[in-house]
Amino acid sequence: MQWVPFWPRDASVTAQSIDMLTIGELALVVVILGFVFGLMIVFGLRYRRGSSADRSHLVEKTWHWEIGWTVGSLAAFLVLFVWGANMYVWLYEPPPADLEIYVVAKQWMWKAEHPGGQREINELHVPLGKSVRLLLTSEDVVHSFFVPAFRVKHDVLPGQYETFWFKPTETGRFLLECTQYCGTQHAHMGGVIVVMPQTEYARWLTIQGVHQSLAQQGEALFRKYGCSGCHDPNSTVHAPSLAGLYGSIVHLQNGETTIADERYLRDCILLGASRILPAGYPPVMPAFAGQIGEDDLIKLVAYIQSLAQTQRASR
Amino acid sequence: MTTLTADLPTNYLTKEHTIASWLLTKDHKRIALLFFASITFFFFIGGFAATLIRLHLVNPAGNLLQPDIYNRMFTMHGIVMVWFFLIPSIPTTMGNFFIPLMIGARDLAFPRINLGSWYLFNLSGLFLLYCLFVGGVDTGWTFYTPYSTLFANGHVIPAAVAVFVNGFSSIMTGLNFVVTIHRLRAPGMTWMRLPLFVWAIYAVSVVMLLATPVLAMTLALIAIERWMGVGIFDPSLGGDPLLFQHMFWFYSHPAVYIMILPAMGLVSELITCFARRPVFGYSGMAYALMAIAVISFFVWAHHMFVAGISIFSAVVFSLMTFFVAVPSAIKVFNWTATLHKGSITFDAPMLYALGFVGLFTIGGLTGLMVATLAVDIHVHDTYFVIAHFHYIMVGGTVSAFFGGLHYWWPKMTGRLYPEMWARVAAIVTFLGFNLTFFPQFILGYLGMPRRYYAYPPDFQVWHVLSSAGASILAVAYTLPLLYLGWSLIWGPRAGPNPWRATGLEWLTSSPPPQHNFARTPIVKAPPYQYNPADGSYVAQDGSVHA
Amino acid sequence: MRSLAPEPQFATLEQQTETAQLGMWAFIATEVMFFGALIFTYMIYRVTYWEQFRLAAHDSQILNGSINEALLLTSSLTMILAINYGKAGRNDRLVAFLLATAFLGLCFLGVKGWEYVEDYNSGSVPSMNFLFKSDYHAPTELFWIFYWISTGFHTLHVTVGIGLVMLLAWQAHRRKFSPNYFSPLEVVGLYWSFVDTVWVFLFAAIYPLGRAVT
Repeated sequence: MQWVPFWPRDASVTAQSIDMLTIGELALVVVILGFVFGLMIVFGLRYRRGSSADRSHLVEKTWHWEIGWTVGSLAAFLVLFVWGANMYVWLYEPPPADLEIYVVAKQWMWKAEHPGGQREINELHVPLGKSVRLLLTSEDVVHSFFVPAFRVKHDVLPGQYETFWFKPTETGRFLLECTQYCGTQHAHMGGVIVVMPQTEYARWLTIQGVHQSLAQQGEALFRKYGCSGCHDPNSTVHAPSLAGLYGSIVHLQNGETTIADERYLRDCILLGASRILPAGYPPVMPAFAGQIGEDDLIKLVAYIQSLAQTQRASR
Repeated sequence: MTTLTADLPTNYLTKEHTIASWLLTKDHKRIALLFFASITFFFFIGGFAATLIRLHLVNPAGNLLQPDIYNRMFTMHGIVMVWFFLIPSIPTTMGNFFIPLMIGARDLAFPRINLGSWYLFNLSGLFLLYCLFVGGVDTGWTFYTPYSTLFANGHVIPAAVAVFVNGFSSIMTGLNFVVTIHRLRAPGMTWMRLPLFVWAIYAVSVVMLLATPVLAMTLALIAIERWMGVGIFDPSLGGDPLLFQHMFWFYSHPAVYIMILPAMGLVSELITCFARRPVFGYSGMAYALMAIAVISFFVWAHHMFVAGISIFSAVVFSLMTFFVAVPSAIKVFNWTATLHKGSITFDAPMLYALGFVGLFTIGGLTGLMVATLAVDIHVHDTYFVIAHFHYIMVGGTVSAFFGGLHYWWPKMTGRLYPEMWARVAAIVTFLGFNLTFFPQFILGYLGMPRRYYAYPPDFQVWHVLSSAGASILAVAYTLPLLYLGWSLIWGPRAGPNPWRATGLEWLTSSPPPQHNFARTPIVKAPPYQYNPADGSYVAQDGSVHA
Repeated sequence: MRSLAPEPQFATLEQQTETAQLGMWAFIATEVMFFGALIFTYMIYRVTYWEQFRLAAHDSQILNGSINEALLLTSSLTMILAINYGKAGRNDRLVAFLLATAFLGLCFLGVKGWEYVEDYNSGSVPSMNFLFKSDYHAPTELFWIFYWISTGFHTLHVTVGIGLVMLLAWQAHRRKFSPNYFSPLEVVGLYWSFVDTVWVFLFAAIYPLGRAVT
């Protein structure tokens, strides 16, 4: 799309599709505008006061015309709706990703945590051609993660995880902006997405000076916060086993079922037994809200995620 | 030409002269002028904030205003323009003045409530001015939590109280109009003979009645949360920030239709009169107004497509949003068709009306783009959205407001305004407006976020164009102040019906007498019975005019 | 003594009466949206935090709430009786039943005030004096926030209603009403019934929660 003078760069798989949709809509806009403006000009000239045009026999049964352009508009609108809704589902229902990165927003900076434990502030390095899923949360107010070149955006909320994905198609440095007003320095809460060829990205990961992955750090926290006291297989407390939990279906005490995804794990840790009680367990888990910060939460969740592959321990 | 006024020596302006007769008036026409004064005052405050914003944004580094001040400027601009100008503008001025006249009534159903509405409006204005003087608020006009409740260091509670009180002014006005239009129509004025302006005010009043109380409760909750430190919307205390957004937008989406519906009704009056022909598809136009009012309650979460609502919700709300666009499209096509076989002149009111149709269509079509889920992901919270809603609210509502102001100026004041200056102002407005806001579509798609006091240098050229346009707009909006003021003293006196229009309001003198009509009119004809072929028309009392 | 002419914008007294009624119905519609928004928000949180809200509601004072329910329902009865007597021209009974309505309303306020004091003493006032009993997490405070806001707004409306009823009693005493003119009685009666109805909904939403026989 770079041949259009003021078109933004597109650097992701989804950007190109969204641009196609935008162009399609602009085409419809131009057609309808041309039609309306054209008629207004033609009628304005032809039927100006004093012109000799024939003004007899005004249309009596306007219904025919009105139904015509109503149906026509509705049909065009529905096409756009379906096209856009389809693409939205594609964007906001992340497929299994090659890479998952946690992002924490706070006034007025972005913190990114790679699964290998690498941390960045206001920068996010990602490999070219791999699909990246972001898990975002905020430590304070509502922010919004926006990368114009990728045509992706999602609000970032305190108290829960939001997720979306992208797949870069070009290397380079791309503007990241916060786009939900979040206080005085909202305009300077920006950053850069750095897309690198995959080999360079792999090398970049190793030179970050990190010794432990997120999951390994999470294991240490698991003991530090006392989670293992109840959730360890040898514990005398009847607590759900966490091995294989992530991604499985959980039956709740109120009869509903839910998937044990990142949000579920996070809610269990923060709210304890007050909110989500799996069936068959007593409500004794304490709530850790206010005691565990977002950074540590991410590591704990990453650790529990890593247990998804282990065998179920016998109880 | 028959009129329904005997030789009445005084009119509503001259009947009484004391200050008390103005401040304690029950006359809807005087109350309309009181509202004119109030909203004009706030229009200039909101415009002043906009001027500072556009001056500041000429420079990407953002050096003119401190960040905190800039943030308070855009918040003030939004709050003032939405609640203290756009929402009251047409209903409390031209609605108040002309609804009784157009339906053949002597006044509104509840004149004291009407006056009370004005006092409440000013009380809310005092709260807002207090908020401004002690330093303002920077949350944006949308007051999103938890920023507004827990983190903002501005004066959120006075601002919330100001809007809360303002809401009751709105509710009282809406209540008055709904009841008046139901109960005080003159004999023969059936629903399907009502001028479309009356239909529009009716539709808007229903929305005001039902939506505004939800805003009141929402503001009460954030004020209580902030004041008492409780956690209604605070996630760490179990609250949900998204719930605030749902409650806020449940009102604020219908609110934007509150801002456009009266303008649509007005434009129908103008186009029919100056094209000298009946509106194309009267009943379609009336039903479209009501359909917009009803469907507007079911689209609110289209402001939240990227906020974290479920995909299912987003899809439903996008679909509903496309539905609400259909009656608007019908109206645009019908207005265009009303020009067909008309006998058109381009007086200032018509220029404003045609400008409305053009600019509203652009705004509405870009609204379709924002309603499209995948596109909205990219353009949400960017200048694209700002351009979209300014095309509707400024290109639309403000244009219609000026069109109506000029159209009804002779009736309200008894004076004719200078036509050449008015046409110049209308054209300069149109040009200045497009220069101001069209570049913002481009800025938005390029990725310029809203509410930024500084921005990447690549965007500067568009901001400079936009600010240049704003300076032209400022001139265009000041011109009417000058020549309309001039006309009050030196303008030629107007007769009862300078435009040869068909509505009941033109059957009384200019300005009207205090009780509008000497005898209640009997309505015998539908509105807009103009004959473009020979210039004759049938007024709504049945009288034929060659 | 006083003329029964309608105001200038009305052609007949009947038109004025019908208009006043429509006006009050329109106003009630706005109040439904006002309280509706609050009750809806409460319901969302109640469904989300089922257990915590049950725990919290157990500490609400169902006896006081029930007494208030009875008081308000009775006051609606006295109001309707007052209106009927007014229509029938029995002025002294009109005044008596208006005063009875106001009195019952004042009793409601009294019981409510007593209940508020008890609530305060038992640590149920969020942020000012809130006791986190065992098993309580943050959402229990949410229940109480809604309790205070909803009953607070309702009490405000009851107070306004009492004022209106007493104003009517005074006007009735001055013989303003007759079988030919009783519109203000009906309009205020409508408002009073609405305030009563809101309490029915609030009572059902707040007090019985968590007290099922299990």
